[in-house]
Amino acid sequence: MAENNMEKFGFTISKGRQIDYESNDRRIADYIFEREPSFRLCIECGGCSATCTTGNLTNFSLRELHILIKRGENDHIMQNLKKCMLCGKCTLVCPRGVNTRNIVVLAKQAYQKAGDYAI
Amino acid sequence: MQFDPFIIPFNIGLYFILVYVVVRSVIWFRALSRPDKLRLQRGFFGIAFAQSLKEIFLESLIHRKILKTNLRLGYMHMSLAFGWFLLIFFGTIEADIFGSRHLNAPYKAIFFRFFNPEHGRMGFEAVYSFLMDLILAIILSGLLLAIIKRFYSKVVGMKKTTNLKKTDKIALTALWLIFPSRLLAESFTSGAYGTGSFLTGTLGSWLASFLPAQQMAYPFWWLYSICLGTFFILLPVTRYMHIPTELFLIFMRNSGIRTGDKAGTYSEVQTYSCSSCGICIDACQLNFSAGIKNIQSAYLMKAIRNDDKVSDIADNCLMCGRCDQKCPVGIELTPIRMIQRRGGEAGNDFRNIYKGYFRSHQSVLADKTMTPANYNFLPDCDPEKVDVLFFAGCMTHLTPAIKKSMVKILDASGVNYSFIDEQGGVCCGRPLMLAGQDKEARELINFNSQLIWKSGAHTLVTACPICYKVFKESYYLDVEVLHHTQFIKMLIDEGKVKMNFLRKRVVYHTPCDLGRGSGVYDEPKQVLSYVSRLEKSNFEDENSLCCGGSLANLKLSSQNRKKIAIDAANELTTENPDILATACPLCKKTFSSVTETRVADISEIVAEALILNPVKITRREYISSLKELANI
Repeated sequence: MAENNMEKFGFTISKGRQIDYESNDRRIADYIFEREPSFRLCIECGGCSATCTTGNLTNFSLRELHILIKRGENDHIMQNLKKCMLCGKCTLVCPRGVNTRNIVVLAKQAYQKAGDYAI
Repeated sequence: MQFDPFIIPFNIGLYFILVYVVVRSVIWFRALSRPDKLRLQRGFFGIAFAQSLKEIFLESLIHRKILKTNLRLGYMHMSLAFGWFLLIFFGTIEADIFGSRHLNAPYKAIFFRFFNPEHGRMGFEAVYSFLMDLILAIILSGLLLAIIKRFYSKVVGMKKTTNLKKTDKIALTALWLIFPSRLLAESFTSGAYGTGSFLTGTLGSWLASFLPAQQMAYPFWWLYSICLGTFFILLPVTRYMHIPTELFLIFMRNSGIRTGDKAGTYSEVQTYSCSSCGICIDACQLNFSAGIKNIQSAYLMKAIRNDDKVSDIADNCLMCGRCDQKCPVGIELTPIRMIQRRGGEAGNDFRNIYKGYFRSHQSVLADKTMTPANYNFLPDCDPEKVDVLFFAGCMTHLTPAIKKSMVKILDASGVNYSFIDEQGGVCCGRPLMLAGQDKEARELINFNSQLIWKSGAHTLVTACPICYKVFKESYYLDVEVLHHTQFIKMLIDEGKVKMNFLRKRVVYHTPCDLGRGSGVYDEPKQVLSYVSRLEKSNFEDENSLCCGGSLANLKLSSQNRKKIAIDAANELTTENPDILATACPLCKKTFSSVTETRVADISEIVAEALILNPVKITRREYISSLKELANI
């Protein structure tokens, strides 16, 4: 009850935010690192998300996906990855020259190979 | 019956290859789709047949297209192919006229000198021997070029020659040895009998002066026969399969069969028709700008033939289509690459039962089991009814100058238009297709089609060649699709817009997808020469360069892209033009970061030259305004 009342006033009780590297699965990240070294160059500036065609229409952020893949929190990435249209605007605006299109394609491939996440 | 055991290797090889080619062509024919079978039948009994014969003579024997691009390389191919053909042709006639009887077995013609050593002493016989020697000399000169090319390719004007696999090397050695061994065998025989013409006769008598010619001849005849036999038997598993296959290719192409988007007989015939001549390697910008030398089309064809892992080669390509234009055999290289991309990594599970002699069909390429995309977030839309739609496309949204210019031009023209993706629309689908994900692309295509259909427009104008190509080819729309340069040309022709002449020197860069991809070469140049001083570059039309920004390449790093862009921009701005004009937002974006010259889209130049709302002034008003000026 107390929580609900707090929300009415614009407060929430935030969930735990620590990153548990032991339970995280870095297979997808490793697969991409191996094949697209420019993945490491990302400074998470968010340029890709700002220009994104899909992000314009729905809640989709490539920056968020990059961070989650690197952390190894793979749970809801695939649902989001499937929204990407591969139009390539993110690659063009990237100040670090990250080949973002290939990362999306590789991430999809990695999911396919990992099997557990095959949908 | 003239017979000697040394002809056995040759006979085995010859009959093997004849049976093989027949069996193979039956398999190929059966795998054709029904419409293609009908096309082929119609072509076989029609005018296409005559065209094919002409083309076979010009391309397979004379190698006209190679001669056009590179004289020395062309001479090498011509002397070997046409020379060998003439040798067989005149050899058969020789055996028929001068032999013991008519209608001989093939080996009689090939080993004529062995069975008729006394032939060619005088009169017509001597003239004929002279002809045969001349043909042999021509072949040998070509062979000499080929050997030099293999070790030092610059001699024939090639920067790089193709790398070979083991069986190719054995077959190549056999091919190289065929003609020298024939020369020596004939020379020794001629030397022993005192016959032969200027080549075999002279060489023969010289050799006979210090060697036992009679005994020496026999081993060389064996060598000649073994080389021919080895070459024929290895033919189906090496690049030399192009010799018989190219004939099929020419017949099929002239019958109207095209590659399409699925692997099948035609794409397989095309892959076998590649002779690995290496012209595509020299044409490839990834080779001469970025130094990537293992992904060119010749290697793609080779990898497909050998059932190697193709995806690394297939994906690393700008799809600019330069190699398609240069290929002397006319193989549709880009469509074949697209087929390989669609097949993806999982598809290449060939069962190699007969070790390459009867490799299973390419059509086993399974569809990728990529998880389907999820585009259910696409909004429902209800566009207004208009005549003309303007679709800017994703790339144009990154180059706002083009967007603004197009809006300015459209406003000035007074057509009833709507800017369909002003608030950022949905991708056209081509980037997904280029990544081999056709099913996903289809969803976007359906969405955009609905949008266009609902608006009831009759013309769709797009500012991006990438979108233009996919709207033209993969959308089944009842509207006229125009690239904005075509649209502007139309407006000028109809007199709907008025323009000043800009005193600026402009060089035009043809975007790949607009030029080679869709065949739009003239309209952009006509528009440019209408508003500015259009100058020629060294890379016009079919020979135009790629800017390096192409969305088709997923693997290329940004550094290599930059290298390609710098090289291309330097080539185009050698004459220091005021503006480097292009018709593609992606080209504009790529070039503007690497060159000092101003890079502008055609629409920007047109918008600059546009006369807005021409104010009509009467003569009296004009004079009064002049008077006002004078008072001041």
